[in-house]
Amino acid sequence: METAFSALVGIFFAVAVYLLLSKHIIRILLGTAILSNAVNLLIFTAGRLTREVPPIIPDHLAVPEETIANPLPQALVLTAIVISFSLFAFLLVLTYRAYQELGTDDTEEMRVAEPVDDGLPPMGY
Amino acid sequence: MRTLIFRTMAPYLTSLMVLFSVFVLLRGHNEPGGGFIGGLIAASAFAIYGIACGVSPVRRALYFHPMSISGFGLFIAAVSGALSMFGAVPFMTGLWTEASILGVTVDLSTPLVFDIGVYLVVLGSLTSIALALEEREED
Amino acid sequence: METAGQSLTLLALFLPFLAACVAPSLARAFGHNAAWILAAVPAFLFIHFAGFVPLVAEGGHASGGYDWIPSLGARFSWYLDGLSITFALLISGIGTLIVLYSGGYLKGHEHQGRFFSFILMFMGAMQGLVVADSFLTLFVFWELTSITSFLLIGFDHRREASRRAAIQALIVTGAGGLSLLAGLLLVWSVTGIGDLGTLLASGDVMRESPFYIAALLLLLGGAFTKSAQVPFHFWLPNAMEAPTPVSAYLHSATMVKAGVYLVMRLNPAFGETIAWETILPIFGGATLLTGGLLAVRQTDLKLMLAYTTVASLGLLVMLTGFGSDKAIEAAVLYLIAHSLFKGALFMVAGTIDHEAGTRDVTKLGGLRTAMPITFATALVAAVSMGGLPPLFGFLAKEEIYAALGFADSWTTVLTLVAIGGNALMFAIGFAVALKPFLGAKVETPKHAHEGPVLLWIGPATLGLVGLGAAIFSSWSHEHLTDPMASAVAGTAVHAHISLVPHIGLPLYLSLVTVAVGIAIYVGLAGFRAAVASVLSTIGWGPDRGFDQLVRGTIRVARVVTAFFQHGHMDRYMTATFLVIAAALLVTPAMYGEFPDWPAMPKLPFYEWVVLLIAVIGLWSVLAASNRLTAIVSLGIQGFAVALIFALMGAPDLAFTQFMVETLSVVILALVMTRLRLSPADHRPVGERTVDAVIAAACGIGFGLFLLRVTQGAFDDTLPRFFAEYSYAIAHGRNIVNVILVDFRGLDTLGEIAVVMIAGLAVLALIRIRLRSGDEAAPEPGKGG
Repeated sequence: METAFSALVGIFFAVAVYLLLSKHIIRILLGTAILSNAVNLLIFTAGRLTREVPPIIPDHLAVPEETIANPLPQALVLTAIVISFSLFAFLLVLTYRAYQELGTDDTEEMRVAEPVDDGLPPMGY
Repeated sequence: MRTLIFRTMAPYLTSLMVLFSVFVLLRGHNEPGGGFIGGLIAASAFAIYGIACGVSPVRRALYFHPMSISGFGLFIAAVSGALSMFGAVPFMTGLWTEASILGVTVDLSTPLVFDIGVYLVVLGSLTSIALALEEREED
Repeated sequence: METAGQSLTLLALFLPFLAACVAPSLARAFGHNAAWILAAVPAFLFIHFAGFVPLVAEGGHASGGYDWIPSLGARFSWYLDGLSITFALLISGIGTLIVLYSGGYLKGHEHQGRFFSFILMFMGAMQGLVVADSFLTLFVFWELTSITSFLLIGFDHRREASRRAAIQALIVTGAGGLSLLAGLLLVWSVTGIGDLGTLLASGDVMRESPFYIAALLLLLGGAFTKSAQVPFHFWLPNAMEAPTPVSAYLHSATMVKAGVYLVMRLNPAFGETIAWETILPIFGGATLLTGGLLAVRQTDLKLMLAYTTVASLGLLVMLTGFGSDKAIEAAVLYLIAHSLFKGALFMVAGTIDHEAGTRDVTKLGGLRTAMPITFATALVAAVSMGGLPPLFGFLAKEEIYAALGFADSWTTVLTLVAIGGNALMFAIGFAVALKPFLGAKVETPKHAHEGPVLLWIGPATLGLVGLGAAIFSSWSHEHLTDPMASAVAGTAVHAHISLVPHIGLPLYLSLVTVAVGIAIYVGLAGFRAAVASVLSTIGWGPDRGFDQLVRGTIRVARVVTAFFQHGHMDRYMTATFLVIAAALLVTPAMYGEFPDWPAMPKLPFYEWVVLLIAVIGLWSVLAASNRLTAIVSLGIQGFAVALIFALMGAPDLAFTQFMVETLSVVILALVMTRLRLSPADHRPVGERTVDAVIAAACGIGFGLFLLRVTQGAFDDTLPRFFAEYSYAIAHGRNIVNVILVDFRGLDTLGEIAVVMIAGLAVLALIRIRLRSGDEAAPEPGKGG
């Protein structure tokens, strides 16, 4: 089972990286969304997979009697999902605002922070 | 998207979803659910309401600014951890007590307060983001 | 008693820094009269250190200290012997007078409080430097003097010349500080000794070490930069951009002598070797002649004095390097004399500048009637500088010649250099002291008159001390000169020189010096023109070299920055992912850690379908050419992930992922409908291929990595712990939720804080837009 999921995670990463290597901010944005899914799946799979047994202790017991899914990666991934959504929302608004202000969606033309030729710094003291 | 049916349905849908989100939040300690999921459901509810009826009714309905709700949530989450100071135990040690409300025995605990804090932070922040984006839609 | 004395010394070392903290408020409350209060601090230090004079006069020393960083064996400690005490007395004594002088000199300056603060800080640093015992204390105070000197030279920070001089001094002395640090560390690692007291008592251990030359050169690198030896002399005249009290105090009497102090301090441990007795006299002699000749060229009073200071420092280094007991005695006498007369002359130059409005010696004359007290003090100081009786400078010069002589050719050369340098200094000293006062009255920018008491009390006191020390020479020898010279030499030394005339070679050499000096003084104008024309023919000096070095550094930095930070986002990304792919693929190849070839996985049919849906979703994101397709495809892969979570026993995750994907699609739709951008791929085919190869490498790398991880043994300690204790101690049956709110609650607290900050950031981004939109619509293509 882990083999199939490793392949799937590989595909997720490949697609995310391919999108991130683009020059267009929309594609980069889509890439980050997929990258966060890729990472979540990676962590989830690394904690081993168990089918259909959620990590919940039955009502009448103090300790689960059968093998349950590993709860730790679930807890890690759960917060990661919410945080990556917050980041995605932030990037989305940033993209949108950058497009409004700079009038371009091409990262090659977004040169406010690192201008094309800003000349030598002042030579005086 | 503002069809008549959607607009009529939206307030009821939203109320139901918010109610459900509180249910998910409270049962979260023993069944699937919890603050993160509850907060997400409530935020989706307000986002839907905003799309259907516009942003200002949502803001009026919430009364507080969403980010204030978020801030309050972070505050009570932190306070719930600090409560353990009075028990002379390390920060964020869970404290439990039982209270009788209307004849029903309810477990009250600092992790529950913490989870409510998580719920409010997620609800507030995500609602704020969604409403801010919907607002741009209007002008 | 011992501990009381210790804590008093500790207090004395910190008092200047405490005074520096309150100086600005005092200056605000009392104006320039705050000088009278603040001068009490160095006066207290002077009295405190004077209390050690009887002890060191008997050849003893005091030391003390506290643990600083015990785990590293570092101590904050001090070592008081004749050398330290004489320096400490000079620093605190002249410091008292300088504080008073700057009260008058900067009267009414808006930042006088800041100035007091800086100068007291410097005094504390210098005081700490000369009494330091452990290497760490020495280095920290050494650097503090460089930093406070930077602040003081750049005090008038609105002028570019000041800023340049300050940076130059900081770079030169700071580089020297690094060299000193390296030297101290080398000594420490070679000998295992971490403090000066032990090093001085350890005899030949350093001289016999194979690292002797390296350590010596590194330490001298510190000393020579600080004491402005050729070729590092250029920063000192430039430092004259500082207000005159600073020039008088730091750049003649104290800080620049720190290098000489270091050389003298190290003499017992490092001296009396061929390297020591060659390097020091050569650099010292070269500095003496260079300083003297360059001084002749100047017409600015302060610059003339500055170059003679360079020359004097050279003379001191030369004498210390010469190494005989008499030479050290001479160096000690000259060091004390120089601090007294040079400090006084600088203050006189400052007073003239302050009262007459110019420091140019060619535009001054006939001030003797307007400023009689200043004239008198200048004359006394110049007599000492010229080495004439009855002042302390005379004793120093006699001793120098007594030490050198014509014993062999090497000594003869040094004697000739000393005569030349002294004659030049004689001429300059009298040029500064006589030219502005004698002759016909010259119109000056300001109407000149005698300065207030604060301005003349300092130089007058220094002149009187110089006179007194010479007249009562047996007392001053016993209490200051001999202990200091003994500390430098490492053995007991006794001086016998006095004002009583003694016919012999030294006296003849003195007469020759005076004769040559008078000749130079008379022909000063012609000599100046000659030196100037020679210098303009050369046309290059270390000062210009410094500018070229700074500009060159900036140019190189720009080229390097342009290479690494070229501003092409896609190239940054390419580089990042290339490294990631290499790390994932090359590392396991090197260590043979690739996973085994797996068997074909056996999955139920519906799981294959879910995986297929995810892959289809991903593919259609890649291929999407319009907005709607992109949004929907992104949703598809997200929901597929949610389904995977649901199938694999993670209902909480499935639910969360489902809600998040819904919200993502909603906000993506809200923004994308307004962006009117096509998500289609615009890259040319070649670029696409390269990117696809990198992406595939990354994907394969991560896939293999994960496969290798899952093929390894699984440590189930943590899952078992959570399963066993979730209900028992945390009263929760949903283990995931218990981990989130209880076991790892602190993490969650941090994470919800991040969520909230993201919310605030989004709000801020949108708000900024609304505000700038109110004022003026930003032009496209320009930053808002």
